[in-house]
Amino acid sequence: MHPAYSVIFFTTTSGAGYGLLILLGFLSAADALPPHFGLGLAAFGLALGLVTFGLLSSTFHLGHPERAWRAMSQWRSSWLSREGVFAVLVYPAVGLFALGWLVFGRNYGPWAVAGLLAAGLSMLTVICTAMIYFSLKTIHQWHNIWTPPAYATLSVMSGGVLLNALVEIFGLSNPYIAGWVAASIAVAWIAKLFYWRFIDDTEALSTPETATGLRVYGKLRAVEGPHTVDNYLNREMGYHVARRHAADLRRVVHLSAFALPLALTMVSLLFGNSGAAIAATLVAALAASLGLVCERWLFFAEAKHTVNLYYGAEAA
Amino acid sequence: MTSLPAFPSGRRLGLVIDLDICVGCHACAVHCKEWNTGGHPAPLTDRDAYGTDPVGVWLNRIHTFEADEGDDVRTIHFPKSCLHCENAECVTVCPTGASYKREQDGVVLVNEDWCIGCKLCSWACPYGAREYDETEGVMKKCTLCIDRIYNENMPEVDRVPACVLTCPAGARHFGDLGDPRSAVSRLVAARGGHDLMPELGYKPTNKYLPPRPRKTRARDIGAPRRLVPAGNAERLLAKWMDRIFTR
Repeated sequence: MHPAYSVIFFTTTSGAGYGLLILLGFLSAADALPPHFGLGLAAFGLALGLVTFGLLSSTFHLGHPERAWRAMSQWRSSWLSREGVFAVLVYPAVGLFALGWLVFGRNYGPWAVAGLLAAGLSMLTVICTAMIYFSLKTIHQWHNIWTPPAYATLSVMSGGVLLNALVEIFGLSNPYIAGWVAASIAVAWIAKLFYWRFIDDTEALSTPETATGLRVYGKLRAVEGPHTVDNYLNREMGYHVARRHAADLRRVVHLSAFALPLALTMVSLLFGNSGAAIAATLVAALAASLGLVCERWLFFAEAKHTVNLYYGAEAA
Repeated sequence: MTSLPAFPSGRRLGLVIDLDICVGCHACAVHCKEWNTGGHPAPLTDRDAYGTDPVGVWLNRIHTFEADEGDDVRTIHFPKSCLHCENAECVTVCPTGASYKREQDGVVLVNEDWCIGCKLCSWACPYGAREYDETEGVMKKCTLCIDRIYNENMPEVDRVPACVLTCPAGARHFGDLGDPRSAVSRLVAARGGHDLMPELGYKPTNKYLPPRPRKTRARDIGAPRRLVPAGNAERLLAKWMDRIFTR
């Protein structure tokens, strides 16, 4: 699948924003985060900024962005529509949560419920995004039981490294927060490992022979395409990354998205409220962001659509 | 409404394509383009149509395959357009309701006034039947010539899809595949017509008739069992010339 930059930036930035909202909601309800004004302003500003930037960027790949409002209507059948509905519902919940935190300086009682609601709706939005990909039987690599867990945990972890950096900057370091963030990185790493193991160890059901129904005539070769230059289908769905490059990029993801942020988060866990912890968490956030852009690029580049079977691909 | 019809009428209009007969002339694709660029999904735009990188929307495409090896090899021309699936996931994934399946005859259409151009339906189609129109910013697909098959201003004999009407070999048939007594259903039963990618569960309506078994093999009438490529010397010369001229 063609890795469109608008979709890569949408899923990574809004994923991080929703992850930040998920952790803010849960940790403040668990009384692990004080309703500190500066932290709240920075965290809500950053989260809503990332989410909004991501949603706007996702509309750039539409042919008719002005009709985007119609996308809320088919929630009964479409995961994309459900994603749109939850993405909009998140805003009022976050508004209430932020009102309690920033104006009244409270994050308990009903304000904690608003926080949990914002966290829950954020999680649902991310899961809907993942379900769009998971539900496509046409793409074996995405129709993978590990797609939704990987999306959900990557979102929480990418929000987590941001939260940890903010908490250190405001001098509110707290081993619970650093601990949860470290755990979220470890869990996301495991989910992504299982995602890649599925891709490497399983094969798509469809072959050129099932795509044409011509199995009985022996091995099939595409000898002539319907058109002389690449068409929409080839450009959108024919993108192919060489196995060697994919392996290199996976190493970059292991290092930059998981290993480095995990190690740096452990530094902040052990030496909280220090200049070293601030530097470590900032580098962790930067490394994780770059690593996840790379991860998301690979998510598309490693995905093979069944339509390629009609254009000479031996396997989907 | 992008849910599939809860109470389909049982009528399933579609095509039966005879891979034994198709000669790969692409006339069906050309007539499809000609009719539909002025019909229901009009226009089917092209970019750089007369340049070096022409790209445009076509709703019907003809692939050519070779099967098997040696003197048993056969060439199979393979026309492919929307299969109007019973379980059309291109419809259910649509977030706007632009993509829909008709209750009365199972035809899958796009309402271009509602389409936002998110392209998700084309990802959900295993067959590559949908093509995005870059110029118009909306998705295009085979309409089964909905503006012909019910068109009372046409003589009845012309009320078939353009591809069927134009096929010079008679390799394309149109009819109701939901009715087991229809001519197309009987043809499918008699010739062992099959589905494409049945393992994905989309339940396509269109059926493909497989090439018939050969009566005589090429080797029995004196053909060599293997065709040997041109000699090494010629290939080396060609390679050398190629290197000189591509410098």
